[in-house]
Amino acid sequence: MIGDVTIAVVHVVIMAAGAPLLVGALRTVKARLVGRRGPVPWQPYRDLRKLFAKTPVVSTTTSWLFRATPYVLMSTMITAALAAPVLSSRPPLAFAGIILLMYLLLVGTFFLALAGLDAGSAFGGMGSSRGVAVAALAEPTVMLAVLALSLRANTTNLGGVVEGLAHEPLLAANPVHLLAFAAFFIVMLAETGRLPVDNPATHLELTMIHEAMVLEYSGRHLALVEWASSMKLLLFLTLLANLFFPWGVPAVLGPSALLLGALVLAAKLAVLALAVALLETAMAKLRLFRVPELLAGSFALALLSVTAVFLQR
Amino acid sequence: MATAIYVVATLLGAAGAAIGLAGMLGWAWTVDVAWVVPLGGLALALDRLAGLFVALVGGASIPASIYALGYAGRQRRGAVAWVTFIASMLLVPLASNTMTFAIAWELMSLASYVLLVRRRTIESAQAGWVYAVMTHAGLAALLSGMLLLGAWTGSDRFADWAAAAPTLHAGTRSLVWTLFALGFLAKAGVIPLHVWLPLAHPAAPSHVSALMSGVMIKLGLYGLLRASFDWLGAGPVWWGTTLLLIGAVAAVGGVLYALVDRDLKRLLAYSSIENVGIVVIGVGAALAFRAAGAEALALLALTAALYHVVNHAAFKSLLFMAAGSVVHATGTRDLEALGGLARRMPWTAAAFFVGSAAIAALPPLNGFVSEWLTFQALLQNVHLADPGLNLVFTLAIAALALTGGLAVACFVKAYGIGFLALPRSTAAESAEEAPVSMRAGMMLAGGACVALGLGATVVVQPLLAVAASLVPAAAPITVGAGLTLYVSGGFASVSTAAVAAALAGALALVLGVLTVAGARGRPRRYETWGCGRLLQTSRMEYTATAFANPFTRVFDFFYRPVRRLEIEAHPESRFFVRRMAYANPTRFIVDDWLYGPVDRALRATARRAAGLQSGSPNVYLAYVLAVLLLLLAVA
Repeated sequence: MIGDVTIAVVHVVIMAAGAPLLVGALRTVKARLVGRRGPVPWQPYRDLRKLFAKTPVVSTTTSWLFRATPYVLMSTMITAALAAPVLSSRPPLAFAGIILLMYLLLVGTFFLALAGLDAGSAFGGMGSSRGVAVAALAEPTVMLAVLALSLRANTTNLGGVVEGLAHEPLLAANPVHLLAFAAFFIVMLAETGRLPVDNPATHLELTMIHEAMVLEYSGRHLALVEWASSMKLLLFLTLLANLFFPWGVPAVLGPSALLLGALVLAAKLAVLALAVALLETAMAKLRLFRVPELLAGSFALALLSVTAVFLQR
Repeated sequence: MATAIYVVATLLGAAGAAIGLAGMLGWAWTVDVAWVVPLGGLALALDRLAGLFVALVGGASIPASIYALGYAGRQRRGAVAWVTFIASMLLVPLASNTMTFAIAWELMSLASYVLLVRRRTIESAQAGWVYAVMTHAGLAALLSGMLLLGAWTGSDRFADWAAAAPTLHAGTRSLVWTLFALGFLAKAGVIPLHVWLPLAHPAAPSHVSALMSGVMIKLGLYGLLRASFDWLGAGPVWWGTTLLLIGAVAAVGGVLYALVDRDLKRLLAYSSIENVGIVVIGVGAALAFRAAGAEALALLALTAALYHVVNHAAFKSLLFMAAGSVVHATGTRDLEALGGLARRMPWTAAAFFVGSAAIAALPPLNGFVSEWLTFQALLQNVHLADPGLNLVFTLAIAALALTGGLAVACFVKAYGIGFLALPRSTAAESAEEAPVSMRAGMMLAGGACVALGLGATVVVQPLLAVAASLVPAAAPITVGAGLTLYVSGGFASVSTAAVAAALAGALALVLGVLTVAGARGRPRRYETWGCGRLLQTSRMEYTATAFANPFTRVFDFFYRPVRRLEIEAHPESRFFVRRMAYANPTRFIVDDWLYGPVDRALRATARRAAGLQSGSPNVYLAYVLAVLLLLLAVA
C-alpha cells in the first residue's frame, strides 16, 4: 500500500515536472528552426514561478465554477497521468483503460469550457464553443483508433495494449498500426491545441481557441491552467510513444527498470516532439472551418485501420 | 387536497419501488382476476424484467411527486391524472395478457395526455394533438402485432407466446417483431418516430416532463425488450443490426437537435432521444450477439442497456426538475433570456450541474458507467465472423463516441448559457430559489446520479440478473478488489470509486502543495476584461445560438439552416436602418422528407374523400345499399 502510493506520487511528480520542460523544449526547437535564438528550454518553469507569485484577478460576474476550474483541471490531469502507462506498462491505476482516460480529459474540457463562459465575455464564449466543437469531433477518431489497437491486443486496458503489442516484431510495418498512428497523431494535435488546429503562440481574436477560453485567468489560476495543458501534451505524446511504439517499456516495477523506462521514454518523446516542431514550423494554421475536414480525414484513417484489422483475420 | 394526492403519489411510488426491487431480486408472482375486465380478465405477473421497470417507475415517482408538492401543490387540476399516470405506468410492466396490457398502456397515454393539455395554451394543444396521433398510431401497430401473435399462438397470455414462438415460421415472427418495434419505438421516441417528443415534453408541466422523459419513454424500451427477448424467442441477425443503426441515428440526431435548440426543456427532450438511441444501440448489439451465438456478449450489451435506462431515468428527471425550477422562477424557457442563475439559484444550479455532468458521461458519475459498458460490449464485435456485421458495429462505436463528445458540448451550452455569467433578462435577474420541496426532489435525484456512479459494482449485480433472465449465459461482468468492474475477463476494467478517490486525492494534493508554498492568497475581484469598453452588459455575452454555430456549420447537411435577414431602411437613405430582423430557423430533415409528404398526402386524400360527404341522406342510403350488395356478391 505504502509502496503503491510512493510509486503513484513518483509517477505524478515525473509527469508534472517534465511537462513544462517538454513545452519549453518545443518552443526552443521551433525558434531554432526558423532561425531565432528563442528562450531557454526551462523558460516555462520561470513563467510558472512568476504566475504563482502573482495575485489572481477574478471577474465579478463569475460563480464558484470559475475559481474551482483550475484546481479541477489539474486534478483530472493528475488522475489521467496516474491512469497512463508512462515508465512501465503497469500504471498506478492498474484498471484504467483508454476510454476512462479520454473521458477524464473530457472532464477537464467540460470545466474549462464552462469557465470560459462564466466571465461573460465574448472571447471566452467563442473559445468555449470552438474548444468543445474540436473535442467533440475528435472523439470518434480516438475511439476507432483505440478499437484498432484493442482488437489486436484483445484488451482495452492501456497496460495490456502495451504488453500485448510489444511482442510483435513487425508491428511498425502493419497497415493497421500505421493508419491508427496517423489518426491518433492528428487527434493529438487537435486535442492539445497545436498547429494546424490552434496556434499556442497567438492571441489573435479570430483564430484562438484554447487561449480565448482561458483569457480571463491570471496569477496562480493561469499557472495551473497552463501547467495542466502542458501535462495534457506530455500525456498525449507519452500515449503515442508507448501505445504505438511499445518497445522498451518495462513490465515490472523496480528502480533499475524504471530508470531504463525513463530513458527509453525520453528518447521516444524527443523524436515525437521534434516531429511536432517540424510540423508546426512547416504548416500554417488551418481556417477554423477547415478543421472539421482535417478531423474527418483522421476519422477516415481510423476507420480504414479498423477495417484492415477485420481483413487481416 | 391536491397536496394529499401528491403525498399519496409519493407513497405509491415508494411501494412500487419496493415491489420492483424485490422483483429484480427474484420475487415472482402472478395474479389473475377474470371478472374485472372482459376478454381475458386482469392478469399480472412479476418477474425480474418487470421488477426492474416497476422499480424504475416507482423510484422516479418519489422525487417527482415531492417536487410536484412545491411546483403544483396548490393547483387542484392535474393531481388525479398524476396518480393515474403513475399507477398505469406501474401496471404496464406487470401486465401479462393482451387486454391488461392494452388497458394499462392506453391509460398511461391518456393520463399523460390530460397532464399535457392541462395548461390550455395553443402550444400544449398542438403538442397534445401530435402526441395523441403518434401514440395511437403506435398503439395500432402494437395491437395488430398482439392480435396476430394471439391468433397464431391461440392465446392472449404472454407466457404462452414465449412457449409457442419457436414453432412459428421465421417470417411470421419477423413481421410481428417489426410491428412491435414500430409501436414500442414510437413510444420510446427514436428518430423518425420522435416528432411528438420535442413538442410534448416542453409543453407539459416540469414534474410531468420529468416522468414522461425519465420513465414513460422507457416503457417503450421495456416493450421492445419483452418482445425481442421474451415473446418472440430468438430472431435473425437483422433485428439486431436494424436496431443498431436506428439507435445510432437516434443518438447522433437527437444530440445534434439538442445542440442547436435554445429552449431549455426542448433541449432536454431532444437529449432524451439521444439517450434512448444509446439504449437502443445496446439492445441491438445484444440481439446481434445473440443471433450470432455469442450469448455472453449479448448479456453484456443488454446489461449496459439496462444500466443506461436506469441512469437516464435519474439524470433526466433531475434535469427536467431543475429546468422546471428555472421556469418557475423566471417564467421563460428561452436560453437567450436566462443566465446568471448560478448565483441567484445555487441549489437549482447545482442540481442542473450534476445532471449535466452525469448526462455528459463524465467519470465518476453514473452516465459514464453505462456508456463505458456499452463501449466495451460493442468493442468486442471482433468475435463475430461476419465482416458486414463488424462494419455495422464499428459505425455504432463511432456514432456513440461522437454522441458522447456532442453531449458534452450540448450540456456546456445548457449550463454555461443558462446559468453562468450575467442574466440576459430582467426575469432572470430577479429569479429566486425554488421552495424546499422542489429542492428536496432535485437532491434525491442528484444523489441517485452520484450513487449509481460510485456504487457501480453494487448496482450492476441485480441488473446482470435481470439481463440473465432474458439471455442466460455466464456472467461477463465480475467484481474484483477495490470496487473494480471486470468485463469479459481481462478485456477491460474500471473502478469509479477509485477514480473518485484519485480525483479527490489529486485535488487535496494540489491545494496542499499550494498552501505549503504560500500561494493561496485571496484573489482580487475586478470586472471582466473587455478591450476598454466602459460597461459590461449581458449583450456582450456569447449567446446559445452563437455557441452552437460551429456545429451548425459543420453539420449543415443535417440542419440545412436558413438565414433570414430583413432590414427596413429609412425611405430617405438606406444607411438609416429602422428595424432589423434576423432569424435562422433550422429545418428538420424528418419533417421535410417524411412527415411533410405524408401530411400532404393525407390532406389530399381527405379533400377528395370530402366529395363523398354530400350531406344528403339519400346518397348515404345509396352508399349503404352499394356496400351491402358488394358484400353479398363477395360472400
